[in-house]
Amino acid sequence: MGRWVIACAIDDVDEEDVIRFDHDGRAYAIYKSPQGEFFATNGVCTHEHAFLSDGLVMGDIIECPKHNGRFNYRTGEAKSAPACVNLATFPVRVEGGDVLVEVE
Amino acid sequence: MAGMVIVGAGECGARAALALRAKGYKGPIHLVGEEADLPYERPPLSKGVLASEEAPPRWVADEASLADRSITLHRANRAVAIDRDARAVRLADGTGLAYERLLLATGARPRRLQKGGTDIAGIRYLRHMADCRVLRARLGSGTKLLVLGGGFLGLEIAATARQRGCAVTLIEAQPRVLMRGVPEAIADVVAARHLAAGVDLRCGVQIAGISADENGAEVALADGTVLAGDTLVACVGAAPNTELAAAAGLGVDNGIVVDALLRTGDPAIFAAGDCCAFPLSSRDGRITRLESWRCSVEQAEAVAGNMLGEERPFETVPWFWSDQYELSLQVAGLPEPDQRVIERALDNGGFIHFHLDPAGRLVAASGIGPDGSIARDIRLAEMLIARRASPDPALLARPDVKLKALLAAQGQSTAIFTPA
Repeated sequence: MGRWVIACAIDDVDEEDVIRFDHDGRAYAIYKSPQGEFFATNGVCTHEHAFLSDGLVMGDIIECPKHNGRFNYRTGEAKSAPACVNLATFPVRVEGGDVLVEVE
Repeated sequence: MAGMVIVGAGECGARAALALRAKGYKGPIHLVGEEADLPYERPPLSKGVLASEEAPPRWVADEASLADRSITLHRANRAVAIDRDARAVRLADGTGLAYERLLLATGARPRRLQKGGTDIAGIRYLRHMADCRVLRARLGSGTKLLVLGGGFLGLEIAATARQRGCAVTLIEAQPRVLMRGVPEAIADVVAARHLAAGVDLRCGVQIAGISADENGAEVALADGTVLAGDTLVACVGAAPNTELAAAAGLGVDNGIVVDALLRTGDPAIFAAGDCCAFPLSSRDGRITRLESWRCSVEQAEAVAGNMLGEERPFETVPWFWSDQYELSLQVAGLPEPDQRVIERALDNGGFIHFHLDPAGRLVAASGIGPDGSIARDIRLAEMLIARRASPDPALLARPDVKLKALLAAQGQSTAIFTPA
């Protein structure tokens, strides 16, 4: 089982946007959907090393800043070339004003 | 049985083969490539794959994924003739392939330096994985490398060679690096970074003579200077591989000429990637040939659809990137010197330039900064360019104004984000 850690405050992320959260030498990407829900995935693209927090969120999709590979950040599913390996996703919950992510 | 035949197993050809199958095509698919390697991504050959023997090529498709999709790869083989009446392609090994639709994704090849009409021996070029292996083996610590040409490729090789501990001299006949398609402000940042890394940068020089062999190379400049090195790599542009198309009577004009559906004058034959000259939607249909990784990937997807009768015009905004040291630069659209430039400064030292035409329409955006810091703004600018937007220059200049808000103000904000 993983541990729950505070990743950020709920207002640190705009709606339909993403920020980077580093923990224990690993980068995570924390998303707020257009509807205000939070999600977390691995912070680095599965295609080539690039931080997804530099990418663009549109609806349910995160687009990698490097080569525009796309993933559904709710499920981690790779949606378009050159991305073909799914992203790892992590459980998220909101407690008070904080966003917590369950890290491995 | 006639099927889909793709000549050229680079990233464009290979992705087109995958896309044909993904779109439901059931017939035979033949992919013909002159290289012995499986299809791979070319951009890392001047970066990560050149930097380290440990970095494997990034395969676009491996044997299992090709077998799963019943795609026949003809490796280390070449198409030598197209018989348009018989709808068949003949390969160098004598194989004949009948086609229902033919895709030419023949790519481009490095321009070679010549003396008296023949190639100068001993000069290295970088295009294929095999070239990368040869060059990499020569870039040991302490090696003196001469790089001829200050475009993306030459600069990336120079940066990678510095990482490997080589002494690097880069020679560019133009007054500055990146003369083609990259604004001066960005080129200046790149040049300064190379100087800081210890690259001996010689721009605006006239070359009087070149000699090279297995043991070393010399470049003599018009002012009498002689630059000597262990290896000389020339990166002086590329020429499209159009001979096969021309011999078959297809239109060629700096590339295999295609229409908006990426179709040649023969409705059964298509062309895509670095080898084709196509009407560029974001430049009002001007016939353009791009050497752009992303364009070739987009065209692979589009041409596969059109080979299957989708009849969907190809639309794109040109997009280029380069990674050198910790810097990443990106250009969307085609900047030209006469455009008005609006600068947006970023807090990490990076910046974005927005290029406006005389009517105020955003036609290009360029930027440079550490790692991925400029990527999102360039991507959003690209979407604004695709929408033919004329954003308020005062807002473009303000880093606190989100480009996403400007895009939303254009309406239909997710239209470009069609599901894959």
